[in-house]
Amino acid sequence: MDTVFGIPGGSVLPLYHELAVASIRHILTRHEQAAAHAADGYARASGKPGVCIATSGPGATNLVTGIANAYMDSIPLVAITGQVSVAMIGRDSFQEADITGITLPVTKANYLVKNVHDLAATIHEAFYIATTGRPGPVLIDIPKDITTQRALFRYPPKLHLPGYRCKVQPHALQVAQAAAAIGAAEKPLLFIGGGVITSGAHEEVRQLAEGQDIPVVMSMMGKGGFPETHPLFAGMVGMHGTAAANYAMCETDLLIGVGVRFDDRVTGKVEAFAPKAKIIHIDIDAAEIGKVVQAHIPIVSDARQGLAAILEKLPGKGEHQAWRQQIRRWQEENPLRYEKGGLKPQYVLEELYNLTKGQAIICTDVGQHQMWAVQYYPLSRPRTFLSSCGLGTMGFGVPAAMGAAVARPGETVVVITGDGSFQMNIQELATISHYQLPVKIIIMNNGYLGMVRQWQEFFFDRRYAYSEMLGNPDFVKVAEAYRIPGRLVNESREVVPALEEALAAEGPFLVDVRIDREENVYPMVPPGGTLNKMVTGGKGA
Amino acid sequence: MAQGNSGRTGARAVIEALLDEGVELVFGYPGGAVLPLYHELARTPIRHILVRQEQNAVHAASGYARTSGRTGVCFATSGPGATNLVTGIATAYMDSVPVVIFTGQVPTRMVGSDAFQETDITGITIPITKHNYLVKDVEELPRIVKEAFYIASTGRPGPVLVDIPKDVALAPCRAPVPDRVELRGYKPTYQGHPGQLRALARSLGEAERPLIFAGGGVQVSRAEDYLRQIVEKLQIPVVTSLTGLGSFPEDNPLSLGMVGLHGKPCANHALMECDFLMGLGVRFDDRVTGALEKFAPRARIAHVDIDPAEIGKNVRVDLPLVGDISCILKELLPLVEPAGHGPWLKRIKELRNLYPLTYGRGGEVRPQWVIERLGEMTRGQAIITTDVGQHQMWAALFYGFTEPRTFISSCGLGTMGYGLPAAVGAVLARPDKQVWLITGDGSFQMSMAELGTAREQGLPLKILLFNNHSLAMVRQLQHFYYERQYTAIEFTGNPDFVRLAECYGAEGLRISKQEEVVPVLARAMGNDRLTLIECLISPEEIVYPMVPEGAALDEMILPE
Amino acid sequence: MKRTLSVLVENRPGVLSRVAGLFSRRGYNIDSLAVGRTENPAISRMTIVVDGDEQIIEQVGKQLNKLIDVIKISDITNDPYVGRELILIKVNADPSVRGEIMQIVDIFRARIVDIARNSLIIEATGDADKIDAIENSLRPFGIREVVRTGKIAMLRGAKTRGMEASGNGTGE
Ligand SMILES: Cc1ncc(C[n+]2csc(CCOP(=O)(O)OP(=O)(O)O)c2C)c(N)n1
Ligand SMILES: Cc1ncc(C[n+]2csc(CCOP(=O)(O)OP(=O)(O)O)c2C)c(N)n1
Ligand SMILES: [Mg+2]
Ligand SMILES: [Mg+2]
Repeated sequence: MDTVFGIPGGSVLPLYHELAVASIRHILTRHEQAAAHAADGYARASGKPGVCIATSGPGATNLVTGIANAYMDSIPLVAITGQVSVAMIGRDSFQEADITGITLPVTKANYLVKNVHDLAATIHEAFYIATTGRPGPVLIDIPKDITTQRALFRYPPKLHLPGYRCKVQPHALQVAQAAAAIGAAEKPLLFIGGGVITSGAHEEVRQLAEGQDIPVVMSMMGKGGFPETHPLFAGMVGMHGTAAANYAMCETDLLIGVGVRFDDRVTGKVEAFAPKAKIIHIDIDAAEIGKVVQAHIPIVSDARQGLAAILEKLPGKGEHQAWRQQIRRWQEENPLRYEKGGLKPQYVLEELYNLTKGQAIICTDVGQHQMWAVQYYPLSRPRTFLSSCGLGTMGFGVPAAMGAAVARPGETVVVITGDGSFQMNIQELATISHYQLPVKIIIMNNGYLGMVRQWQEFFFDRRYAYSEMLGNPDFVKVAEAYRIPGRLVNESREVVPALEEALAAEGPFLVDVRIDREENVYPMVPPGGTLNKMVTGGKGA
Repeated sequence: MAQGNSGRTGARAVIEALLDEGVELVFGYPGGAVLPLYHELARTPIRHILVRQEQNAVHAASGYARTSGRTGVCFATSGPGATNLVTGIATAYMDSVPVVIFTGQVPTRMVGSDAFQETDITGITIPITKHNYLVKDVEELPRIVKEAFYIASTGRPGPVLVDIPKDVALAPCRAPVPDRVELRGYKPTYQGHPGQLRALARSLGEAERPLIFAGGGVQVSRAEDYLRQIVEKLQIPVVTSLTGLGSFPEDNPLSLGMVGLHGKPCANHALMECDFLMGLGVRFDDRVTGALEKFAPRARIAHVDIDPAEIGKNVRVDLPLVGDISCILKELLPLVEPAGHGPWLKRIKELRNLYPLTYGRGGEVRPQWVIERLGEMTRGQAIITTDVGQHQMWAALFYGFTEPRTFISSCGLGTMGYGLPAAVGAVLARPDKQVWLITGDGSFQMSMAELGTAREQGLPLKILLFNNHSLAMVRQLQHFYYERQYTAIEFTGNPDFVRLAECYGAEGLRISKQEEVVPVLARAMGNDRLTLIECLISPEEIVYPMVPEGAALDEMILPE
Repeated sequence: MKRTLSVLVENRPGVLSRVAGLFSRRGYNIDSLAVGRTENPAISRMTIVVDGDEQIIEQVGKQLNKLIDVIKISDITNDPYVGRELILIKVNADPSVRGEIMQIVDIFRARIVDIARNSLIIEATGDADKIDAIENSLRPFGIREVVRTGKIAMLRGAKTRGMEASGNGTGE
C-alpha cells in the first residue's frame, strides 16, 4: 500500500497522526465520496487494492456510494472509518453512524473492531478478502479509543476464515466438456467481462480467440480485455452494444462467458437471450453461475485459470470462417455511425483517439457520453477503461481519474464526462489543482441530463420532466478559478486544436465541448427488449 | 411503447397523495427508475427543484422542513441516486427532521439480482430512517405514502423512505388514498402523565436555582411561546443546545445561550451550579454533557421529551415526562406559582461578569467580530444556515438568535456540506426572510455545486465564507491533542471563491481587512442577488471556550 | 441479568432484520431469538432473551418500541410463564454405550429421532436448565453437532404484561 485517499475528522485523528510519519502518501480530497471513487480508480488502474479513510458519521456515510460502486464492479477497496469510542456506540452520539449496518448490503465483508488486539488480524483479513476470490470492498470501522490504545501489531501467521473459500480450481470434467464443446461448435462466441481484467486473463482470451478462431464480444466491464481493433472483435453487447455483437449473441451456438454476470443491461429480455446457444460460464463466484441465465457447462474458477485449463485441453487450431464472415457482414452493414455536421460528441472522441493513438486511460462518468466513449474510443490494453458499469454512478469519472493519475504516472489520463455528472464532484478540481494531477477533463456539454432526456424522448412522450440543467456555470471559467487552464469549444473546427492543447499541457486541463444538445445514443435496445430489436439512429443512421 | 400510459398508475397515485398532503415543493434528481414519478410530477403545480447531487436534495428538503415546519420531500433514482441520499438521510435522522424520500427501484422481478443500478436501499437505511418501505404491491402504495407522511411528521419526527420499483410505479392502481392512518405499532404520546406533571410543578416550585435546558424539541413542537411564558412566570434562566438555538430569544436577559463543549462560559457554569435542571426536548448528547459523571452534579434532573427512549439514555433522570413539549408546558403553566429567584439571578449576573465570552488571539479579520456585526445588522432575524467546523461554533456563539427556526445546522451528525443546500431549502420555505449561509472553505466545497441550483432558481442567498485555507476545526484538535502536528488539513488547491461565485452569476465580494467588514456586509444585504463573501481569516484561530475531553463543563479552556 | 422479552411484531418481510440490526447497532447482547407467526397470520411473536443491566433492558424495550413494525413488548421474566427450547443433539453412540445413552434420554424425557451406525440424534425440549443439563450429560460420549432453536415462551393463565412506551415508569 503506497497511497491512501481521505479526509480527516475527529475520530480518525489518531490514525492521521500516525499516517503523517508513515511513508504512505495521503491524498486529501474535497468530499469523502471522491476519496472512495479515487481509491476505486486507483485499484482499477493499478490492480492493487485502493484504500480510503474517513471519519465517523458523515464522513463514513459519504463513502456509501463509492463503496456500493466498487461492490457492483467487484473492485478491491478497503475503506477505513473512524467510529466514536466503544462506550459511546449505540447512543446516537455526536457523529455516530452505524456504518457497518449501513454497508452490510454493499460490502463483501465489514468489521467493527472492538478490541485493539483484533486490529492487526482484522486489517490483514480485510485486505485478503478484498483482493482474493471475487474482489470487492471491505470496510473496517475503528472506534477512536481503539486507535489510541497500544497493542503489539503483528499480522497473524495464518488467517482463520472457515466461511470463506476463494481458491477454487477449475473442475477437470467441466473443463474437458468445455473443450469438447468448443471443438464441436460452429458459431462459438467469446463473451468477456470484468473478470478477465481482474484476473489478468487478456492473454489467455487472445490465445483462445486466435487459436480457435472465435469472435469476441464484451460487456462494458470487459473493455480493454481484448484489443478492439482486432479482426476477431465484434463489439460490445447489450443495451447500447453494436448491432453485430447483439446479432452474434442471438445466433451463436456456443457462448463462452468469461468473468461476466449477465447483467440485465447486457441480456435484455432474459428468455430471449442467446436463444440458440449452449452456454459455458466461467466465473470465480459460484453464485453468479445460474443466477440470471442457465449455464450448460459451469466452471467455477478464476477466469485466467479456467481459460488456461481449457487451452491445455484444446488440441489443434479451430476455424470458423463462415461465422466470422457473417459477423463481418453485420459489422459492415451496421457500422456505428452518426450524422455529420454540427458539433458531435462522436467526432470529438474520434479525434481524441487519433491524437492519443488509442493509448490513453479513459475514465468516464455516466450518461450518453459514457456510451459514446465506449463506442468511439476503442482500447486494447486492460486497466485502461475506468467506468462505473454496475451501479452507473454519475460523479465517478473525475475522482477515478485522480486515482488513475496517481497510480499510473506518465500515462495520459482523460475523463469523458457530462455536464450533469461533472457537477456531482466538481469540487475535486481543488484536489487536482492541489496535487497538480495531470487529468484531462472533456465535458460533453449538452445542458441536459442527456441520457434521461433520451429515455423521455423514447418512452415518455417527449415530456422532458426536469432533465434540462439550467444555471450551469461556464466550466472553463470555473477551472480557471482553480488555476486549471481550459478551452471552450463551440464548433467542430475548434475540436482538434483544443484537444491538442489539452494533451500538450503538462498538468490538468479542461475542455468544455458544447455538443449538439439533442444527440442520441444509437443503437439502443429498449429495456427488457430482445437484443436483435434495436432502435437505430432516426436521422443519419 | 409509451411507458407513461394515461390511466391512473402507481406513480400517479403517489403524486395524488403528495397533493393530498399539501406538498408544494419536491427536491430531486431524475434517473431511469424514478422516471415514472417524474413523468407525473411534471403535470402538477408542485414545484420541482433540480439539485446537482442527490445528497443535497435531502439536505435542501431538510432545510425547507426545519424553517417551514412542514415535511420536506425528495425524489431520487435507484442505485447511486439512492446511495447518494444516505448522508442526507442520516443527517436528518440525527436532527429529527421530517422528510419523506421517494426512490425509484429496479423492477420487482429483478430485485435481488444485482441488476443495473440496483441497491438494497431499504436495507442500507434501516439504521438511519424512522421507518422505510419497499413497495411490492401497487395497491398498497396510496396507504404507504399516507403512512410515510404521518410517521415522518408526528411524534419525534424523522426521515421515512419509500422505495418504489419501476413496474409498481407503472402498474395500474385502483386503491384510493385512505383518509386515516392505522398503525398498531405506532402511537406517539402527546399528553403528559398528570401525576408526573404535578411532580414537575412541585419540583419547580421547590427549586432555588432552577435552569431550563431547551433543545430542538421545543421548536419541533412549536412550544416557544409556552416556554417564554413559563420562563417569565418563574424567572428561570435558559440555556440551549445547538439545535435549541432560536427557541428562546438571546436578547432576553434570562437567556444564557448555548451550553456544551463549546458552550458560553456563563451557560456552562450555570449548568454546573443549578439545583434543578429541566431538559425540554433535548438528548443530552455527549457534545453537551462533557464527562457524564460530572454533568450537572448538584441538580435534580427533569427530562421532558416525546421520545421515551431518550429518557434515561445518557443521563440519570429524576423526573421523566413523556409527551409533546407544547402540550406539557401548556398544562404546566396553570400548575406553577410565579417566582422571583432573586439570589440565583444575581448569581447568574455575577457569572456573566466573571466569565464573559471573549475571542482570544487571531489575525487581522476576526470571524467572531464579523458574525457579531452580521447579527446586529440583521437584528438577529435572518435565517442562518451553517456548515460544520469552527465557523459553525462562531455562528452559534456570536450571532444572537431571536426567532425560532432561524438556526439551521447539522448538529447531531455534524455533516460538512449541509449548509448550502439547506439554505436553498430555507429560502424556498421563507422567501420573506434574508437567508445567510455561514460556511468554511472545507465544508463549502462539499456541496458548492448547488450554486448552480441557487442560480437556476434565482435565489437571493447570501453566503459568508470564512476562508482559512484549512480544515481548521480539525487543526484545532491537532493543536490540543496531537502535539500540534498538523496533518492533512491544509487546502492549497482552494479556488478563488470570488471568481467561482461569479461563474455562477453571483456577486462575489471579499473581506481581507477589518474596515471592509461592515460595508461589504451592507452591500450584500442591500442587493437582492445571490451573493458570496469570501472572508479571509487566520487558520490559527481557536474556538473558545473549549471543554477538554473527559472534563466537566466548567473546566473550560478560555483564551488567556 | 438475563431477561425474556416477548415481542409482537407485524409479520412482514424485513422485520427480523430491523430487530436484529437494532440489537447489533446499539450493542445489546442477544442470547437467543426465536420467531414464528401467531394465531393471527398478520402477526409474529419473537421471544428474545437479552443480557444486560436494568438500564440496558429498559433501553432495549424503548428502542424496540420505536420500530413501527413492533406492536407490543412484554418483559415476562418475572411473570409465571412456560419457557421451552428444542435441541437436537447428534452424539457418538457405538453399540457399547447405547444403553447408557438411552437411560439419559429417558431421564430427561427426551427422544431418539434418528439412528445411524455410530451415532444417534436426540431431540429434547425443556427450559434452558434442562437443555443445558442434557447436553452436559451427553458430552462425555462425544457430541458431533448441536442445533438449538432458542427459547420460546408463553405466559401462564390468560394475562400478558406490557412494557409500555410511556417511559414514565423510570421515576415512579
Ligand atoms: C448519481 C446518479 N444520479 C442519477 C443517475 C441517473 N442518470 C443516468 S444518466 C443521467 C444523465 C447524465 O447527464 P450528463 O452527465 O450530463 O450526461 P449526458 O447523458 O448528458 O451525456 C442521469 C441523471 C445516475 N446514473 N447517477
Ligand atoms: C462530511 C464530513 N467530513 C469530515 C468531517 C470532520 N470535520 C469536522 S470539522 C472539519 C473541518 C471543517 O473545515 P471548514 O469547513 O473549512 O471549517 P473551519 O473549521 O475551517 O471553519 C472536518 C473535516 C465532517 N464533520 N463532515
Ligand atoms: Mg449532459
Ligand atoms: Mg476552513
